[in-house]
Amino acid sequence: MMGTAELRNSERELAQFQLRIGVAGVAMLAAFCVLLARFFFLQVMQHDHYRSKAEDNRISIVPIAPNRGLILDRNGVILARNYSGYTLEIFPRRVKSVERTIDELSELIEITPRDRARFKRLTVEARNPESLPIRTRLSDEEVAKFAANRFRYEGVEIKARLFRQYPYGDVGSHVIGYMGRINQADQQRLEEEGVDANYRGSDYIGKSGVEASYERELHGTTGFEQVEIDAAGRGIRTLSRTPAVSGNNVVLTLDMRLQRVAENAFGARRGALVAIEPGTGAVLALVSKPGFDLNLFVDGIDPAVWAELNSSPDRPLNNRAIAGVYPPGSTFKPFMALGALELGKRRYNSTINDPGYFIFGDRRFRDSKPGGHGVVDLHKSIVVSSDTYYYMLANDMGIDAIAGFMKQLGLGSPTGIDLQGEATGVLPSPEWKMKRFRRPEQQRWYPGETISIGIGQGYNAYTPIQLAHAMATVAANGSMYRPRIVGHIENPRTRERQSFEPELKGKVPLKREHVEFVKRAMAGVTREGTGARAFAKAEYTSGGKTGTAQVIAMKQNEKYDESKVAERFRDHSLYISFAPLDNPIIAMLVIVENGGFGARAAAPISRTVLDYYLVGKMPPGLEDPTPEDEFDDGTESD
Amino acid sequence: MEAARFPVQRIAVRLVEGIDGTLMVIIAALTLLGFAALFSASYETPGRVVSQLMHLSLALMAMWVTAQIPPQTLMRFALPAYVVGIVLLVGVALFGDVVNGARRWLHVGVTRFQPSEMMKLALPLMLAWYFHRRESSLSLRDFAFAAVLLIIPFGLIVRQPDLGTAALVGAAGFYVIFFAGISWRLLGGVAALFLIALFPLWGLLHDYQRKRVLTLLDPTSDPLGAGYHIIQSTIAVGSGGIPGKGWLNGTQAHLEFIPERHTDFIFAVYSEEFGLIGNIVLLVLYGLLIGRGLVIAANAATLFVRLMAGSVTLMFFTYAFVNMGMVSGILPVVGVPLPFLSYGGTALLTLFIGVGILMSVQRHRKLVQT
Repeated sequence: MMGTAELRNSERELAQFQLRIGVAGVAMLAAFCVLLARFFFLQVMQHDHYRSKAEDNRISIVPIAPNRGLILDRNGVILARNYSGYTLEIFPRRVKSVERTIDELSELIEITPRDRARFKRLTVEARNPESLPIRTRLSDEEVAKFAANRFRYEGVEIKARLFRQYPYGDVGSHVIGYMGRINQADQQRLEEEGVDANYRGSDYIGKSGVEASYERELHGTTGFEQVEIDAAGRGIRTLSRTPAVSGNNVVLTLDMRLQRVAENAFGARRGALVAIEPGTGAVLALVSKPGFDLNLFVDGIDPAVWAELNSSPDRPLNNRAIAGVYPPGSTFKPFMALGALELGKRRYNSTINDPGYFIFGDRRFRDSKPGGHGVVDLHKSIVVSSDTYYYMLANDMGIDAIAGFMKQLGLGSPTGIDLQGEATGVLPSPEWKMKRFRRPEQQRWYPGETISIGIGQGYNAYTPIQLAHAMATVAANGSMYRPRIVGHIENPRTRERQSFEPELKGKVPLKREHVEFVKRAMAGVTREGTGARAFAKAEYTSGGKTGTAQVIAMKQNEKYDESKVAERFRDHSLYISFAPLDNPIIAMLVIVENGGFGARAAAPISRTVLDYYLVGKMPPGLEDPTPEDEFDDGTESD
Repeated sequence: MEAARFPVQRIAVRLVEGIDGTLMVIIAALTLLGFAALFSASYETPGRVVSQLMHLSLALMAMWVTAQIPPQTLMRFALPAYVVGIVLLVGVALFGDVVNGARRWLHVGVTRFQPSEMMKLALPLMLAWYFHRRESSLSLRDFAFAAVLLIIPFGLIVRQPDLGTAALVGAAGFYVIFFAGISWRLLGGVAALFLIALFPLWGLLHDYQRKRVLTLLDPTSDPLGAGYHIIQSTIAVGSGGIPGKGWLNGTQAHLEFIPERHTDFIFAVYSEEFGLIGNIVLLVLYGLLIGRGLVIAANAATLFVRLMAGSVTLMFFTYAFVNMGMVSGILPVVGVPLPFLSYGGTALLTLFIGVGILMSVQRHRKLVQT
């Protein structure tokens, strides 16, 4: 019984299945009929129309790349410009053997192994490999030589192309940024932004710095030329032309002379400097050392040079000023002092006794001065940089209060500067630790960890720009402006300007009296404290604070002996400052990697920079700020 | 002494055993046409033809092996293949390589591959196996569960984002559900729901995906950007006329007006050079392939093989229809290859394994009929 029912059931199922097979078959047949109808429509009814269209396709649309906008500093000094140069280009499709063509060309024009290596790389990477440069920057003589022998070289032509040129080489390299070939990732991004058509004639795109973050402004609008081509795809004559529109000039807030003074002051040392105008957020100088020569990139960087830049332990491509994170060391103390006043944890005259250490539980936290500073009040704690004072203060405030206050000053958050690649840093708090670590015993915040937070050590890690930004905010009595590197954008033809007004991010509610107290204490640093030697006989008033950040952790009771520590493990030297004391016009952070004590390396650099900015004192050897004009400027006439 | 007489005949018999002659002839013809078009499209990159030959030999081997595997054995792969596929898709979402802005590729040792491609067969396998197991007591709940099995990989692939592959995987799964006997009324309801869901779905699309759809409606709105593909491929098809421009004589292809002319747009090259006649030949060949597949499905013994054969056959149709529709400008531009003609190893492998499954079903139809 069951058997027959099942059989009948499966028979019914089979019939149902076969019915569906039939339905699917009919549906597919119908779909194919639709296709057939479409083919009939295109290939029979509309054939003439499309045939003439295909004929018209003998007319090729050739994109005309626009002139890239210039990059200028706040005083109109040109930082990036274009020059037109002749390149020798091979049309790979029109030559029988690329290798042989190159060999033949080298009989006439010098082609180095470097040129060959670069050409090889281009054939792999290039987006529209219609023609590729084998040589760039031909001399007039070489152009003439080739022109006379042109008939011998089918599929090789001389083209005029615009190249980027950076008059200052490596000065401000991280701010200005470099250009590179458009790669697949760039291409995808352009497509997603829907601007890929505008890049049909472009080979290069901004990869870092302002070249990248203001790419849209700088690039311009691509023009088009209708060219009649023969069956082999060669152009015969131009039929019509839509000119390209040049990109806009980007004018920075940066002062190139100040930037040069600052970079020069670093010499060969590694580090970073950020100078901000407190009342506007304008970035006056932004240094990351070592830098790199931007001109290396303009006609395709040599693979060996690129590998060297990438693998150098000094990491020259890294923008330390916005992407490097460092413990702030004692430059953290003025912010701690301000927090203590704001939160009512300290009064101006409350004192402690500093015996040279602070004991918490069974741990002993050392002061950098053996024997301690004796009786210390809040003012003196900043002037002499008492560690013990801030160990105690941190313990009294507690980690939540510290983190809450520092967060208001923007520490541990990106400042929002108009450059790409800004790091976040670490504002230590129990919540941060919870998120950062996996294992429960690591996730817990131990009260002992709060102690070293007070002197800017422990988990504290901020970018130089965050510290400069916090200093600027305090210098402006709590008004927090978003740091900006670009002041305005200018249409090169109409000179029409689009300015970026200072953007007030918020107002930190700070009591004026407290801010003044901290500023006075910082001024004390430059007069009688740790910065006194560096700022001796300064012709202006300023406030500052030295900082020394440990790179490796010292064991308890172990003494730090600079001469015995390898260079890479030496302390970082920091100096945070603002000037003048009343109505500051500049706030700055300097860090010298492995520079040792803050007073020794970072403070003198700050002095040099402030000397120039406030009283125009130019260090020797930098008298002529403008380099020679060597190249024709391709865009100035436009 | 015995070894000296090499058993040529026996090896030959063993090799053709299980190979369905009809199917073999049809795909041989399609493959030949494919190489003709590829050769024309590759006039400046002849290496493509050679590497496609290597893809082909690999795919043929995979087809042969698949044809030898009895469906019962195939069934055992269903659950593991599906689970592995899902795990790999999740792996892609977490650790995949980003190529062209989409996260589709997974590194496996020295090579990398697209797990979504594997799902094109693993999903129908899984669903067919599931329905087969529940055959005696199929209820609404089973269809709901099948829908869940379908939506998981579909959603993961949409998120990569890869709409083309997601649609193909979804379709493969849907065909199984359709053949398993989902009621017409339910089907209508789901279709209506799907249409309604299109509206919020539109909001989830990436800008460039929306642009593709919009330019389909009016390609001339963006002649230098997204509309360029459709305009140029339509010109190629239309200018081919009835007899075509002749092999290697397509101007659209040779003057480089056709983008992706080796892969997704190879039909434009083919159609320009072989014209309406060539197109009809192609449609007939696909029709024969599909017809043969449907016959194999209709004669299959168990529910599992029926569903597999039906789904695989409809997949061939879907690839062909979507691709030719896209190139001739009546369907949106999605990354779907033209079966047996487009350049590319992975797609070829999937297709030939599909053919292998059909062959296996055909060969073992009696063995399982007991």
